[in-house]
Amino acid sequence: MSAPDTLMKTELLMQEPQPAPTGEKSPPKAEVQDLSFYYGDFRALKGISMPVHERQVTALIGPSGCGKSTFLRCFNRMHDLYPGNRYEGRIVLHPDNTDLLARAVDPIEVRMRIGMVFQKPNPFPKSIFENVAYGLRVRGETSRRRIEDKVEQALEDAALLEEVKDRIHKPAYNLSGGQQQRLCIARALATDPELLLFDEPTSALDPIATTLIEELIHDLKQRVTILIVTHNMQQAARVSDFTAYMYLGEMIEFGVTDELFIKPKKKQTEDYITGRFG
Amino acid sequence: MGASEHASKQYDLDLDSIRSRVLQMGGLVESQIRRALDALASGDRALIDEVITTDHRVNGMEVALDGDCSQVIVRRQPAANDLRMILAITKTVTDLERMGDEAQKIARMARSIHERGAGQLPHMLDVRHAAEVALSMLRRALDAFARLDVAMAAEVIRDDAAIDSEFQSLLRQLITYMMEDPRTISTALDIVWVAKAIERIGDHAKNMAEYVIYIVKGTDIRHTDPSKIQP
Repeated sequence: MSAPDTLMKTELLMQEPQPAPTGEKSPPKAEVQDLSFYYGDFRALKGISMPVHERQVTALIGPSGCGKSTFLRCFNRMHDLYPGNRYEGRIVLHPDNTDLLARAVDPIEVRMRIGMVFQKPNPFPKSIFENVAYGLRVRGETSRRRIEDKVEQALEDAALLEEVKDRIHKPAYNLSGGQQQRLCIARALATDPELLLFDEPTSALDPIATTLIEELIHDLKQRVTILIVTHNMQQAARVSDFTAYMYLGEMIEFGVTDELFIKPKKKQTEDYITGRFG
Repeated sequence: MGASEHASKQYDLDLDSIRSRVLQMGGLVESQIRRALDALASGDRALIDEVITTDHRVNGMEVALDGDCSQVIVRRQPAANDLRMILAITKTVTDLERMGDEAQKIARMARSIHERGAGQLPHMLDVRHAAEVALSMLRRALDAFARLDVAMAAEVIRDDAAIDSEFQSLLRQLITYMMEDPRTISTALDIVWVAKAIERIGDHAKNMAEYVIYIVKGTDIRHTDPSKIQP
């Protein structure tokens, strides 16, 4: 599997034997097949197809209104909440080949497997502990011991445990913005999701809190597949292995991040990432 | 690059200004080389000194352009073709600066040769011919950079082999010359250094042409067989 962000090309060169070059893809965790999405009559996504590689970070970039958040929300069926919304095509989740968009598939089940973290931290008006335990309780977990273990592990995984261990039963609202966001990540991690969706997770955070979240994303990809929407192209370049550029509901280009940022194949992509008018 | 402009006009202005100063630096280096060769032929002492002292201007331009490139990286975080352009420029100015050093070296050789009062210099026609090829490579490398002309860059890369073989043949002739009359060794060695400087100028022009291909196509063709380069 490629590891473009942990080993620079020079380091790879020093190793014997040489590992596979960057760009070699891991098997897909999910496959998006000809996905279109409609807000009523408005077609917001137009026939998107792409793989989401397992235990890799895939970034979605594009100007405001290009449909990247709409696309992200298809994965956990968020659009089901509003009438008139309609999906076409499939999002197949491996290894069991479940079509996430199939009517027969329960959105609640989907959301157990696919966690989401939003732009603004949205902790529940509960204690830190209860925020993380929430998903477990919804899932029907009743063992206090198991819940405690899981909460501790999730906080640890979200790099938050050290900072909150002495006030774990205090309200989550007392945490700073960056801590609240990591709490939301811990909450998403508690149910052992296979795929984590991040919708501009750092746009409300300062640079240090942003770095912490980016580090966290880097660590988390060892065990979970990540899809992240970001307006910050440097962030996409820093955290992701693959990048998809979207424009007006279409997938313009999908590729290995390093290649897309150094030599994109499409002029449209190049114009966007270099800050040019189309 | 391309027809479209950046959303930030200042960014366009910064890049344009850097690009045109690279060409200016190229022009200065070209004139340094030409004047060094003239000085070698004429022994004009003032010209020799001028070439030697003017090199600091070339050095200054290298440092300034590198500084400007760092500033663009810090302020704009260039990507894609902009990134390739900036990376290529920082390398191009290094090659130009080294060509400046070679010009200075030729001027120093000219001083040493003429101070020795060597009289008629051996194989000067061959040296001059190789120098014209090297100068033409530099000029075309700069043109290729200005116009982002891949075909012209590929031509420059191919021409480097011609200079290399001219240098080898000149070397063989000078060795014979020295063996025939050992009193000429000092002067002939100076001529060898001049020829080597010219050969190096060709190498640097070739490097610059390679960066042009990197800017346009995004492929790094350094250390590949020139016959395999597709314009």
